[in-house]
Order: sequence, then C-alpha cells, then structure tokens
Amino acid sequence: MHTLYNLVSGPLVWLSFLIFIGGSVFRITTMIRLAKEKDTAVFEYMNFYYASRSIVHWIVPFGSENMKKHPAMTVVTFAFHICLICLPLFVFAHVILWKESWNISWWYLSDSVADLMTLTVIGSCIFFLVRRLTVPEVKYLTSNSDFVILALVAAPFVTGFWAYHQLPAYRLMGILHILSGEIMLAAIPFTRLSHALFFLFTRGYMGSEFGAVKNAKDW
Amino acid sequence: MTESALKAESRKISDEGLDKGVEKLTPAKIEQVINSVLANETGARLKVYADTCVHCGLCSEACHFFLSNDRDPSFSPAGKVKQTLWEILKNKGSVSPAFIRRAAEVASTECNLCRRCAMYCPFGIDIAYLMLVIRRICHKLGVMPQYIQTTAHSHSATLNQMWVKEDEWIDSLMWQEDEAREEIPTLRIPLEKEGADIFYSVIGPEPKFRAQLIYQAAVIMNAAGLNWTMPATPGWDNSDMCMYTGDNEMMGRLKKAHFETAMRLKVKRIVMGECGHAFRSIYDMGNRWLSWKMPPIPVTHAIEFYHELLREGKIKIAKKYDKAVTLHDPCNIVRGKGLHEMSRYVVNQTCENLIEMHPNREHNFCCSAGGGVINCGPPFRNKRVEGNKVKAEQLFVAKTKGAKVVIAPCHNCHGGLEDIIHHYGLNMELKFLGDIIYECMEKK
Amino acid sequence: MNDSDIKDWDIAKKEIADIGNWKGMFEWVEEPHVSPDGEKIAAVVKTGDMEFGVCENGTPWESVFDKVWYLRFSPDGRLTALVSDAGEWTVAVDGQTWESRFEFVWNTKFSRDGSGIAVAAQNGRQYFAAVNDSPWEQTFSDMSNLTLSPDGKSSAASVQTVAFGESDIFKFQEGCYSAALDGKAWDMNFVNVWEMSFSPDHQHLAAEVRLNLYDYTVAVDGIPWEQKFSSVWKPEFSPQDGSVTAPARIGGGWTLVRNGTPLWNSRFVQLWHHRYSPDGKKIAAVVSPHFGRWTVAIDGTAWTHNFGDLVTDLVFSPDGNRIACVGKDDGKWTVSVDGQPWTGGFDMIWRPVFSPDGRRVAAKAEKNGRYTVVIDGQPLKEEFRAVWDPVFSPDGEKILICGIEGSGEKYFRQVMRLADI
Repeated sequence: MHTLYNLVSGPLVWLSFLIFIGGSVFRITTMIRLAKEKDTAVFEYMNFYYASRSIVHWIVPFGSENMKKHPAMTVVTFAFHICLICLPLFVFAHVILWKESWNISWWYLSDSVADLMTLTVIGSCIFFLVRRLTVPEVKYLTSNSDFVILALVAAPFVTGFWAYHQLPAYRLMGILHILSGEIMLAAIPFTRLSHALFFLFTRGYMGSEFGAVKNAKDW
Repeated sequence: MTESALKAESRKISDEGLDKGVEKLTPAKIEQVINSVLANETGARLKVYADTCVHCGLCSEACHFFLSNDRDPSFSPAGKVKQTLWEILKNKGSVSPAFIRRAAEVASTECNLCRRCAMYCPFGIDIAYLMLVIRRICHKLGVMPQYIQTTAHSHSATLNQMWVKEDEWIDSLMWQEDEAREEIPTLRIPLEKEGADIFYSVIGPEPKFRAQLIYQAAVIMNAAGLNWTMPATPGWDNSDMCMYTGDNEMMGRLKKAHFETAMRLKVKRIVMGECGHAFRSIYDMGNRWLSWKMPPIPVTHAIEFYHELLREGKIKIAKKYDKAVTLHDPCNIVRGKGLHEMSRYVVNQTCENLIEMHPNREHNFCCSAGGGVINCGPPFRNKRVEGNKVKAEQLFVAKTKGAKVVIAPCHNCHGGLEDIIHHYGLNMELKFLGDIIYECMEKK
Repeated sequence: MNDSDIKDWDIAKKEIADIGNWKGMFEWVEEPHVSPDGEKIAAVVKTGDMEFGVCENGTPWESVFDKVWYLRFSPDGRLTALVSDAGEWTVAVDGQTWESRFEFVWNTKFSRDGSGIAVAAQNGRQYFAAVNDSPWEQTFSDMSNLTLSPDGKSSAASVQTVAFGESDIFKFQEGCYSAALDGKAWDMNFVNVWEMSFSPDHQHLAAEVRLNLYDYTVAVDGIPWEQKFSSVWKPEFSPQDGSVTAPARIGGGWTLVRNGTPLWNSRFVQLWHHRYSPDGKKIAAVVSPHFGRWTVAIDGTAWTHNFGDLVTDLVFSPDGNRIACVGKDDGKWTVSVDGQPWTGGFDMIWRPVFSPDGRRVAAKAEKNGRYTVVIDGQPLKEEFRAVWDPVFSPDGEKILICGIEGSGEKYFRQVMRLADI
C-alpha cells in the first residue's frame, strides 16, 4: 500500500497536472486553430465588452431569467461550483502539501467549513443524480457517461471526507482520494467537464452576437 | 422499439418531400454526405457545442414546443439535438434513412430556430445553429418537406418566394399605385429611380397575397415626403426560405441579387417591410455567407423606420387607434435586432391602449411559424399550432385583460398567430404596425 | 456613350432647359434623364387625367399614354420609354412607338452603341424578347435574365422549357429550364439557368447553370463543363481567344476558372464580377481576401488596400493599364484607383469614368444631399441639385459636366478644361 501511496502521491500527481494543463492548452489551441480555419467569422464578431457583459450575467447567481425559473438548481449549481473549485485549493491538507513540496503557502479553510463544503459538493452531486433520474427532460438527455462523470466528480470529495474522518479503511480511501482527484483533473480537458474550459468562449461568443450584432440581451 | 421511437412513430406525418426523399437514400450515401458536411462545412463551433453541453436540460424551459406538449422531453432543445446531431456524431454519420427522415422532421418542423434556448442555456450553445447543420445535411441528402422545398425552388427560378414572374411583380406595383391614386391622386410608387435614398423591399407574398401592404407603404412614404424607389427587376424580394432549407448557396445568391439591386439603384439604405426571417437573412445570415460582415447597404426594418418617422414627426397621427391592442415580439427582430422598445414606442404613439403579454421582449415566445416551419405547409400545421399552446395562453390572458387586436410586425408571425387564434377560438384581430399607422395617420 | 461621339467640345456652358418651367406645364414632372452627350434632358410628365407623356428639352412628345415608365436614353442618344395605351404595351423611341404590341413589356437593354434595343415582353402568359421591334418567334412559359449581345445582334434569356406543377418538387429537380438564344432554346435542360454572357462576336453564349440542387457549372452553347462546383457566378468570354472564365467555389473558397479548370492559384472568401481589360490580356475581379474585407484582384493578386463594407463598379481604363472601383468603408463611399483610395468619403459615389488615355478618373458623387463631380479625388467647387456621369474629351483635356445648378432647376451642359479646375 505504501508503494501505491508513493505512486499516486508522486508521479501520478505530476502526470495528472501535466494532462490537465497540457490537455487544456491542447484543446483550446486546437479549437482556436480549427475555428480560424473553419469558423473565421466567429473571430470577427467576438467583442470583448459584450462577451464580458454576458459572462458576468451568467456567473452571478440569479443573473439570468432561467436561473430565476429554477431557484433550487441555481443555488445548488453555484454552491457546488464554488465549493468544487475552492475546496481543493484552500483545504488545510492541500495547503500543507504545497508548503511541504514547494515551500509556498496561503490562506486555508477551517476544518468545519471544509467539512461543510465537502458535504455541499456531495449533496449537490446527489441532487444532480436525483435530477438526472427523475426530471424527465434531464433523464431524456442522460447517458451512462453522465453518471460516470458525476461519479468522477463526487469521488474525490467522498473519499476525502472518508479519509479525513478516519472511517474504516481510511488509508485505502486516502489513496483513492488522491487517485480520483487525479483522474478528475486529467479528465477535464477530454470529457464534458471541458465545459469548464469552453464556457468563456461559448458564452462570450453568444454574448457578442447578441450584444454587438443583434442589440439584445442573452440572459 | 424504445419509448421515444414509439412516440416519434406516432407523430410521424406523411410528406412527399420526406417520404420520397428518403426512398432514394442508401446508408453509404448518408454516411458520405454527413461526413462531408461535418468535415468541410463545420468546425470548432460544432465541436465545442457538442462537447460543452452537460445534458442539464435547462434549455427545455425556453422552448414553446416543449412547454406546449406537456413538457415532452423529445421537444426540448437539447432533446432535438440528442435525436439528431448526437446520434450522428456517435455513429460517425452511419445512420439509417429512417433516422434521416426523423432528423429532417425534427430540424425542420419541430424547431423554429427562434434562438430563445440560446438565452436559457448557461453556455450559450446556439441550438438554432445545430438545427441548421441538420437541415443542411438533409438538404444535401434531398430530404426536405415538400412545401418548403417548393418555395426554395421558386427562389432559385425567380429569385422570389412565390413564383412571381418579372412582369407580375411590376404589374402588382402599378396596380397598387393605381389603387392608391384613388385615395391620393399624386401618389407614386417610383420604379427604378436611381439615386433615391431608400429602396423599399418586401417579401414574395406581398405582391401575391398582401398587396395592400405595398399600397400602405406607398402612402406612408408619400406622406413622409421621402425619396424612395422600388426595383423593376428580380432582387426586389428580401425573403429567403433557402436559408431555412439549408441551401446556403441559394441563400447567398438571393442576398447577392438583393444587395446588388440596392447597389445598382445607388440607394443609401434598404427599408424593408414587416418581416422577421427576411431580416435575419439580410442582416445576419445571407450577408455572412457572401463575406459581407454586416449588410453592405444598411438595412432598416419597418419597426425602426416607423419609429424614425414618428419620432422625427415625418408622419403625424390624426387619431390614435382606440381598440386595445397587444403586441407580439417577432424573434428575428427582437432577439435578432433588439427592436422591442422601438415597436412599443410605435404602438404607444399610434394606439390608445397596449396590453402586454408575458414573457415579452427578448423573452417572447415564438409564433411557431418562424424558421420555415409554417412554410413546411399543411401536413405540419397541427403539430405547429398544438406546439404553441403557450402562445395561445398568452394571447388569451391579453384578451381577458381587454386586448381585441394582436399586432404582429412580421409576416410569418401573422401566419402562425392567425392559425393559433383560429385553432384555439381566440377570436382576436391581427394587424401589422403598417395597418395601424395607415389607418391612423394624416395622409397628405 | 463614346466620348468621340460628342460633337460639341467647344461650348463652355449652355443652358439646355429649365425644369422649373415644365412644372407649370404639367401636373407633375418625374425624375429627369440626360442624354449621353448632355444635349437633351427628358422626364415623364403627367399631361392630364390618367394621361402621361414625355417632355424632352421642354417639348412634349406628341403622343400621350395611359402609362409611361422606364424612360432611358440609349447610348446613341435616342430617348426610349415603355408605354401603354388602351391596355396594350409597347416601346416608344423618340416618341414613335414600335409596331409590336404586348400585354406587358419591361427590362429595356441597349447594345454598346445603342443600335440595338431589347425588351422582355409577355403576351397571353407567354414570354419572349423583342429586339428593335422584332419579337422572338418562340415563346416560353417564363423568362428571366434577358441579355443583349454587346453588338445588339443577338438576345438571350433563361427560359422555362418544361411545364411542371409548382409543388412537383421532383419534376423541377429533373431540370425544366434552359437558355434561349434569339428565341431558340438549348437542347439541354437545367434545374436553373441564371446570368449569361455573349462572346464578342455574339455567336456563343455562356451561362451559370445548376445541374441538380447541388452541382453548379457553366454551360457554353448548351453544353455544361465537365467540372462541377458548389457554386459559380456569371461567366465571361475572353476577348482574346474565346475561352470562358467564371468565378467558381472550390472547397469552400472562390477562384477563377477557365473552361472548367482553375486559372488563378489564389483562393478568396468571395470573388465575383470579373472583367477583362479591353485587350483581353488582364482579368480583374471584386474579391474578398478575408472574411468581411473587400478589394480588387488582378490576375489573382489582390490589392493591399481593402474596404470593410463593399466594393463594386469595377472598371478598366481604355488602355487596360489602370483599374478603378467604388468602395465603401464605415458607411462612407469613395473611389479606389489602382488600390489607392481617394481621401474623403462621400454619401454616395457612382461608377468611375476614365479619360481616354487613362490618366484621369472622375465620378459623380453625393455629399449632404448635394451632388458634384470628383476628378482624381478632388471635388469640383460647384455643387449641383443633380448631376450626371462626367465624360472626358477624346484628347483628355476637357470634361463634360451636366447638372442642375444651385437652387433653381436650370439644366446646364458645361465643358470644362481640366487644366482650369
């Protein structure tokens, strides 16, 4: 188990970051290159002001009409994304790792807040799962891959919570926590999790088209 | 058979263009055409849209088909993409003729390309664009509803939507000029007047079925004392069903003819009648296909034009229209040009009482006729009208608040709303803004 | 108008007519037209109740009509109009009507020297062309794209050759249209036939055709090229060797093809309106080198300077060494000569005119509701209520300016020495 721990906490960390960063750069640059070749007009209509205007409306809770129509979904989505991004960056255990490896450190979350945020992510994943299983228009669109992605996202948080609270087999869970986190990170550029990379582009483009050309709001 | 396939089968509507079109298809041909369209005509936009959709279903709320069909998920925007593009991408173009038939029906008769869903998708995925890609594939495969294909043929043969022959067009204008001179003896519809400020452009159905609109426009131009003209050549029609059948080459040819007519006449701008899809074609889509980033000759939609005339006092209202009205926001000029405040200005200047429908402005519900759906003809009429129960409900609420008249500044919206009003027994009158202005203005 | 046809290059300024006076003579006077030599000005006038005529230099035509429209001077200075009387339409030339009568007539076309006058005509829902009062013998159930050969000896048009029900989409796709040359349709039918061109000797005809819904090509004398394209624009004959060139879309980009094979190596986002230099050695075209940008390419090489809105009205100088076009950027119109745009934008500018030696370029322009003539980028000091295209003298020393001046409605013909401007 020790060897396994060394593997996941050593080379695989490097590998996952490499895949995540390299993959993201690769995906974005290939898409930009492809767009330049095939969708040249897209660049012509991109407009920084209107792209930002749209993006801002969509990253502010209840900034769009549709968010107002689905308050529960809006609250869960924002809570989920905020926790999903902040937790790995500011959880004490991770900050310590950065300190040990690179001698850099920053502000970290208290354990109770971290716990709450973890449960928020897990709870959100359950909410998404229930939504996928019960809301007809979501169920209709759902394929197996959606469950896999949901599991992929939930896994590091479930295992992290498990390991931190030293529940049975917590050592194994610790390894699985690291591993699942690495898998999720590496999966971002190559699965639908890439919406994290492309959100700015798709929203920005629609914001530009609506704002600069069509003189209309898109939220 | 899966539940959705059963459902699809039960709503299958026979149409010669679709039925005979698929008869000629082979799996090899389908695969070759699809892959050629995907490889040569699409790029990052399509890929990113396909990869970015997280299957959240939040776009559903945007679609009147979904809302009107008891939230049937197969009518949701992403549901339509699932039934078409996702399958195509998953199978790398290897799909059956029956699949193509269904895809054609989904893309051409169950989506108005109204772009409301782009405002409801958190990522701003342009589902109208994806549906147009499907229509493009169906066009290339020769599977297109018969009625709209007929219209596309008319566009190609006559450069107008309604098989109007060259002399019939001129004759219609002269006829309307004669009629209008009964009322205003000095009125002219100046033909081929080079160097005029304005080229007034209309859609094919106007000379064919709604010639009084040309009459009214002439009266308005005359009263405002404008230097205007209309061409006596093809290129007069701004409409474009080829944009909606996926025949992009013809879309380009039509817009070239239209703008080059304006250039030949040396006009400073094109003022167009109350049409939505034609505005989309000349302002947004057709010009782009030809490499004009924006229209080479500025295009003023009728709403903007009326707004300008009233604001500048070029026409005066003798007496406001006294029946209570409600106002429909046509997608292509609201989400397509943001003209909703201008249309309200015009209504408030000309009518005593405007009763709003909700949601409105950018968030309006489509009339369900747009995007070429009404042009797919009688076979799909019921699906279209039943697919817009929400609009009927909106109209009904406006009616209970006192609205007697629906103003719809768009031809397709007129067609669509007329069917809705009739089907749901709403008994409301339908008018163009031009009708109201003509009725209420001071005529010189 | 050939500038050498203008006889009178010595009179400095001459008042031809005062339109203001006409307004007292008639109920109304429509927009005036001016003969190419500037000696005549004419307008459709309302002469009485439901009665229209034409007034030329203050003198009305003897005949009056129920309707008169499309008043135009031919290049040889004859005044033509489309007129109707008692429900019958015909062409009137200098006040004399053709013998032929039609149910409707439209789309007047002139040959280069004005000797040929063609119109599209309809009788009994059948369509045909008539040239110099001679209607085609064959008629068709529909016709468009009427084209007259440059020498006026032949006429052609797209015609419907096969009857079909409008809703019969499959029949339509089999091909129901062709081109007719002097009334005789080609043997082969096409789904569509659009713009067409004559060879300089009027013996050959080339047209844009669509073979099915997807394949476009050029048909020459009824025979389509073997090569197919996803779109084509109007073909032209080379004055040199009779070959046919057309813009064609290949792999999403446009290039110029000759007899079916690419002539230019370059690809453009758009390419149309190609023209041969008078000697046939050069070809220029309006092109879009990048999305949303427009310029001119000569033999495949685009000018560096380009416009954002549009480029149109491309013309070669008579010696073929220079090229001018109209361009528009940010809503302002100007002329670009050899890739150098005139400074100062206009609200509208007309097709530029070269001097016979190609050294000078002039164009009619409009700014703030007033008209002027711009010569080599410099507007004349004079402004006009209306002005017509300028003409250079054969020696290139003088320019003819025809316009209605100041606040009055007096029409002047004025010859100016370029050296004095």
